[in-house]
Amino acid sequence: MKQFRGFVIKEFYHIFRDKRSLFILFGMPVAQILLFGFAITNEINNVDIAVLDHSKDATTEEIINSISASEYFSIDQFIEREADIETVFKQGKVKAVLNIEKDFSQKLIKEGKAYVQIITDATDPNTANTIFNYVTAILQKYQSTQNKSTEFPYQIVAQTRMVYNPELKGVFMFVPGVMTIILMLVSAMMTSISITREKELGTMEILLVSPLKPFQVIVGKVVPYIFLSVINAIVIVVLSIFIFKMPVEGSLFLLGLESILFIVTALALGILISSIAQTQQTAMMISLMGLMLPVILLSGFIFPISSMPVILQIISNIVPAKWFIIIIKGIMLKGVGLWFIWKETLILLGMTVFFIGLSVKKYKIRLE
Amino acid sequence: MEDNKVIEVKGLTKMFGDFTAVSAITFDVKKGEIFGFLGANGAGKTTAMKMLIGISKPTAGEAKVAGFDVASQAEDIKKNIGYMSQKFALYDDLTVRENITFFGGIYGLTRARIKEKTSELVQELGLQDLTDKLVGSLPLGWKQKISFSVSLLHEPKIVFLDEPTGGVDPITRRQFWEMIYKSASKGTTIFVTTHYMDEAEYCDRVSIMVNGKIEALDTPKKMKEQYKAETMNDVFLKLARG
Amino acid sequence: MSIVVDAISKSYKSLKALNNISFDVKEGELFGLIGPDGAGKTTLFRVLTTLLFADEGKGTVAGLDLVKDYKIIRESVGYMPGKFSLYQDLTVEENLKFFATIFGTTIEENYELIEDIYVQIEPFKNRRAGKLSGGMKQKLALCCALIHKPTVLFLDEPTTGVDPVSRKEFWEMIKRLQQKGITILVSTPYMDEAALCDRIALIQDGIILQIDTPEAIIKHYPKSIYNVSADNMYQLIQSLKAFEHSHSVYPFGEFVHYTDKRTAFNPDHLKRYLAKKLLSNITVEITEPTIEDAFMELAK
Repeated sequence: MKQFRGFVIKEFYHIFRDKRSLFILFGMPVAQILLFGFAITNEINNVDIAVLDHSKDATTEEIINSISASEYFSIDQFIEREADIETVFKQGKVKAVLNIEKDFSQKLIKEGKAYVQIITDATDPNTANTIFNYVTAILQKYQSTQNKSTEFPYQIVAQTRMVYNPELKGVFMFVPGVMTIILMLVSAMMTSISITREKELGTMEILLVSPLKPFQVIVGKVVPYIFLSVINAIVIVVLSIFIFKMPVEGSLFLLGLESILFIVTALALGILISSIAQTQQTAMMISLMGLMLPVILLSGFIFPISSMPVILQIISNIVPAKWFIIIIKGIMLKGVGLWFIWKETLILLGMTVFFIGLSVKKYKIRLE
Repeated sequence: MEDNKVIEVKGLTKMFGDFTAVSAITFDVKKGEIFGFLGANGAGKTTAMKMLIGISKPTAGEAKVAGFDVASQAEDIKKNIGYMSQKFALYDDLTVRENITFFGGIYGLTRARIKEKTSELVQELGLQDLTDKLVGSLPLGWKQKISFSVSLLHEPKIVFLDEPTGGVDPITRRQFWEMIYKSASKGTTIFVTTHYMDEAEYCDRVSIMVNGKIEALDTPKKMKEQYKAETMNDVFLKLARG
Repeated sequence: MSIVVDAISKSYKSLKALNNISFDVKEGELFGLIGPDGAGKTTLFRVLTTLLFADEGKGTVAGLDLVKDYKIIRESVGYMPGKFSLYQDLTVEENLKFFATIFGTTIEENYELIEDIYVQIEPFKNRRAGKLSGGMKQKLALCCALIHKPTVLFLDEPTTGVDPVSRKEFWEMIKRLQQKGITILVSTPYMDEAALCDRIALIQDGIILQIDTPEAIIKHYPKSIYNVSADNMYQLIQSLKAFEHSHSVYPFGEFVHYTDKRTAFNPDHLKRYLAKKLLSNITVEITEPTIEDAFMELAK
């Protein structure tokens, strides 16, 4: 036990004396969260739009006002002819044109339906989509205030609000994903680098020719990173709650336990990588290519799995991150308890046991 | 500058902040000489050599190599010297032939000339069966000999050898030194650093650096007489221990 | 017998690193494994410290079998691998403490064994190992290998790349250790260090050329060696090689070691031949063979 303790102490020395690994361990998570949170946003603010109002009556005026009153849009100019639409887009400032048809109010009263054409600059499809949705939402809100009855249209608006709520910020989508990446990075990559560093420097030889048992070496390497990953996870959650006002609907305790489970999975993967890699650089490359890339692409973090080709959907099932993201999103955003995510938890547990077993088996007690 | 001197060093100094790595060294090397530059690790010989081959700027003092000033004409120096070091010699994942072609190209040889030189080299070293083998698969001794020959491809006036013979067996080491002798007999000046004191004995003259300064410079024979030592190793021990 | 090596062979892919190696080391002996890079020294050390399996053959260390008793061997030998593997970012003291701890002992317990070595680096005990000079790293690595009072010590090229003063001091240290009863197996490419061992094995390309005491090896050198010198080394070598009776011509510093094919020859004859080659200041004198001469003769 004393030997084990001495070994763990040494590992901590290494971590805290290596400026680079300290930066990856602590600097990166904070940087990522802040970057993702502030920079990448699905929201829009003060988007310039142009209005082509063929009717120019009281109703259209109200509609235009409700749009300009919102913080999302700012009416840059009024154009008079259809030909101007293309011109104004080419100028580049305006991102959308509202084309209101002739005799708007009359058609609304007589036929019960009038058209507003929303033309968006789709060179950035995401923004274009967002603009379209926001405008539609504003229009429907306007509609609902006109329609005093509790009929079908009103209900539609309510549904729209739940599914696509402009209040729902982009950062909430990213925090689970970033947390997954950071934990994977810290636990898997740093562990694999730590073990291969011993191999590269030659100190692994001495460790082997000593009373230290192989499992003591593995566990000793892993303990500091469990510790540090947990701290990282806490920092990420705290930042999300306090800076981005992200809600954690579910139990923090459950979140903690599931995070530890995932950390152990990642650590086991790190150990597995170290048994294949001979140099630190190889370990880092395998971690980045073999772990990070699947996490980013196939876990559902950025790209929805359901929109992927079937073959990729199947492959995504073996990416542990996929299951962990479902778990985190569930706990943080939906507030579910264990009974909703027991299936995913069990899968993750199974994967962990499998990886640990495999890395123990592959861990070399000799140099070849 | 006397026609005979290919390296002239006067008060050459290199400082890194407060630390003086090379302290005002002065010496000359004659054409065709085998000059041994000795000293313990950290004595400053690598730093000094880096200045002479034009990859490090002196803090003070001056030096001329092959007639060019090390501070202002570094590029000309690089074109006129050969360099071989133990740490980097040849590319392991290229064949012998590919290495020669590559370095020949870097030294500005025409294709015809490279072809000529390649067959010369192959003939001289007996490499007929090895030309298309990856250098990485050759024993260390062969790598060193080929590496030395490659550094001479462009027939430079001076060749700088940085610890060229680590770890090889005694026979190969001597073959290597015979190549150096041959080269020197043709008029190439050889500037070699080594920490194998027995190799110091092969040199015409030897300088020993201690803590950035040249503490001794003479022929091995005279040095042994002066320090009443049997071998250069003993000379070094006496100098280092003070 | 402290170490027994019995017909051990080991290959890496197509390269045979060790080819039917056999020898033994007595208790308390200082045994040198002498050979250049690639001879197989490190591979042999790794087999003996149980880090590698031999393809063929068997061996014991302190009576324990390399394969069956590897765990006990690992706990009881001292091992200093090449390039002294130390933890660069731990201090001198932290390194020593770490190794003491994992061997289940303390620095104090066996201090008297490492004392005269450690006092030389003690002033630097709070310096990071990465910032030590080669000689100091060497001394620290030796202390770390000794801290658990092993009965057998494996030192793999402990003097390679270290300055001559430290090399000398190191050999003085291991001679003193030998007096404390520790069996020591050292490998080195430096032929002059061979003379400091009790017995040596000359090894090249995975084959043992000869095993004996240094004195015996020199005595058994089959020929008489002559120191030949002249004013032009290069010409001298070429001329000697061209001489019809030359057996071996090897430069040795300011002289050339020359051996003749014939069992007896007249040095003056040689002098006249060299003079005809337009060399001057010719001397030809008989000299004692060195281990290096023996090595080269055997390796031919």
